[in-house]
Amino acid sequence: MNEKAANEKAVIQKNAIEARNIVKTFGVGQAAARALDDVTVEIRQGEFFTLLGPSGCGKTTLLRLIAGFEMPTEGTILLDGQDITYLPPNKRPVNTVFQSYALFPHLTVAQNVGFGLEMQGRPKAEVNDTVARMLALVKLEPLAHRKTNQLSGGQQQRVALARALAPSPKVLLLDEPLSALDLKLRKEMQIELKRLQVETGITFVFVTHDQEEALTMSDRVGVMSQGKLQQVGSPKDIYTKPVNRFVASFIGETNFIAARAEAGKVHLATGDTIDIAGLSAGGNVTVTIRPEQLRLVDKTETGAMRATVKSLVYFGTDTHCYLSLTDGSEVVARLQSPASGDAGLTPGQSVGLRAVPGAAQIVLD
Amino acid sequence: MSSPAEQAQIAQSVRNGWLLSTPALIVLAFASLGPLIIVIVYSFLAPGKYGNVEWAFSLSGWRGIIYTKDIFSDEYVLADAHLAIFWRSIKLSFLTTLTTFAVGFPTAWFIATRAPKARAMWLFLITIPFWTNLLIRTYAINEVIRNEGLMNTVLLKLGLITQPIVIIYTDIAVFIGMTYVYLPLMVLPLFAAIDRFDMKLLEAGYDLYASRWQVLRRVILPIVKPGIIAGSILVFVPSLGAYVTPRVLGGGKQMMIGNLIDLQFGQGRNWPLGAALSMTLLMIVTIALLIYVRYANKETGGHG
Repeated sequence: MNEKAANEKAVIQKNAIEARNIVKTFGVGQAAARALDDVTVEIRQGEFFTLLGPSGCGKTTLLRLIAGFEMPTEGTILLDGQDITYLPPNKRPVNTVFQSYALFPHLTVAQNVGFGLEMQGRPKAEVNDTVARMLALVKLEPLAHRKTNQLSGGQQQRVALARALAPSPKVLLLDEPLSALDLKLRKEMQIELKRLQVETGITFVFVTHDQEEALTMSDRVGVMSQGKLQQVGSPKDIYTKPVNRFVASFIGETNFIAARAEAGKVHLATGDTIDIAGLSAGGNVTVTIRPEQLRLVDKTETGAMRATVKSLVYFGTDTHCYLSLTDGSEVVARLQSPASGDAGLTPGQSVGLRAVPGAAQIVLD
Repeated sequence: MSSPAEQAQIAQSVRNGWLLSTPALIVLAFASLGPLIIVIVYSFLAPGKYGNVEWAFSLSGWRGIIYTKDIFSDEYVLADAHLAIFWRSIKLSFLTTLTTFAVGFPTAWFIATRAPKARAMWLFLITIPFWTNLLIRTYAINEVIRNEGLMNTVLLKLGLITQPIVIIYTDIAVFIGMTYVYLPLMVLPLFAAIDRFDMKLLEAGYDLYASRWQVLRRVILPIVKPGIIAGSILVFVPSLGAYVTPRVLGGGKQMMIGNLIDLQFGQGRNWPLGAALSMTLLMIVTIALLIYVRYANKETGGHG
């Protein structure tokens, strides 16, 4: 057991996928568009890695390069240290769960799941064994002999997962697999996916534009925008320490306040100052504070920013309080709703506003 | 349970349905069943001296398909000429179907994978031959392949051959002609099937370790099979009954069933034999279709 744990530890340090200086352009000449612009990323063995970004940011292109459906214009892709940049998809020990599932309509559920193993030329008994195991894993045994068009969206999703997992790939690629499901099913499948990843120990590379999915499921997240990898880190890192304005605003809600940094202090246009730990920048900066890290205090409290309540929106567990600072800039604070549901505030009321210590960050534009 | 009033209403609407479809049924009876019955009846009558039929029951028409009266001994001998014609018809139709598929599939795939605008243009080009009369198109093929035609002239001038390649008035000429004439009938249903094919399945196949050949055999062909069946039927059935093409390109020597039937109603003046031959052709087509459809269903596991 100890040995196994030690092995796992050693394995985790290795990289399953390494993409080095990947450039991918579509089209030629003037019309050429850079889908990926010098992307370098390392995905560790056995981790749940998420590529997060808005549509058109290049995340799906990166996934397709790893799958082998496209070749990069420049750069190399390594799988377990071996160069696979120009290897065709059927020669890569990597499988994909497609956004549209792409199940074979002429085959049954079991035949779909067994397809990859059969193409690998595995013996029939082994194929049947693995198919049974995979169907049990995704809880679809009763439907083994159904045609795939007789299944619900969630069931098709499970078949697609089982089919891609059956050949035990080194890396499983998932291209927005949950986007076609309704909210409740999506939540269930998020938990299911995480469970499958832990149980199989396979490296998952998951593509999504849904920041909540990225935060709840991933070991690490790579945030992409305009063909560039903006930040890679644990969900907590990218939420609490976004490197730039894009990452801060794409993941969760946030407030941006223009300020000047001088002598270790940040001065807002309102004349208020905010403490920021380890401040090194100088000159004009942008400060970001998450709405839930703002507290309303008595307006007379020293060091508190003065603000006026503009409007309140009740969300059940919390209440969003829209405020304007004395220079007219607007911020939002998320307050936990009290038992009565009434936050005890009225629009027009003057209040004091204070950021939780350590919550304010400086971000690049 | 429906009330008596509701039942009466249903009965009324069923009656109305029949009443409204009467015109169609009358047309169907006259245009389809009528001629068929006439042909069946004629096949059991005796031939008239100058064509037409004599109204007396006779099996001579049906017997004439397989046996023929020897002119010298007056004995019935096997009509091997007829059997050769049947065999040629089936063989050439089968080859035509196979070849149109081999040529039509890549063509249909090419068209289906173009951008929508280009696709419309290609489909339009495919249908252009239909604007011209079949006879004229067949003579055009004749002009290309005959001994002094385009193909031989060019090859002779280039010095690639010293003698013209004799294709005209052979089975090969008929086969080339039929393949050309029926190709669009294969391409169009194949296109319709490939157009519905989800190209993501190709990636799924490659991703799951299938080679290009395996993707074609295990993914593409089974899924576009309805189109293959439709195209094959559309080519095989008219090929079997082809008349103009073997007449023009086979030169009257390389007859097919259609020409043989024509001969009986014309110069042969044996209408019952012609009628019996027509019925035989109909039966061959029906049997071929039954075999084909059954075979096709078996492969997909019995579900349509």
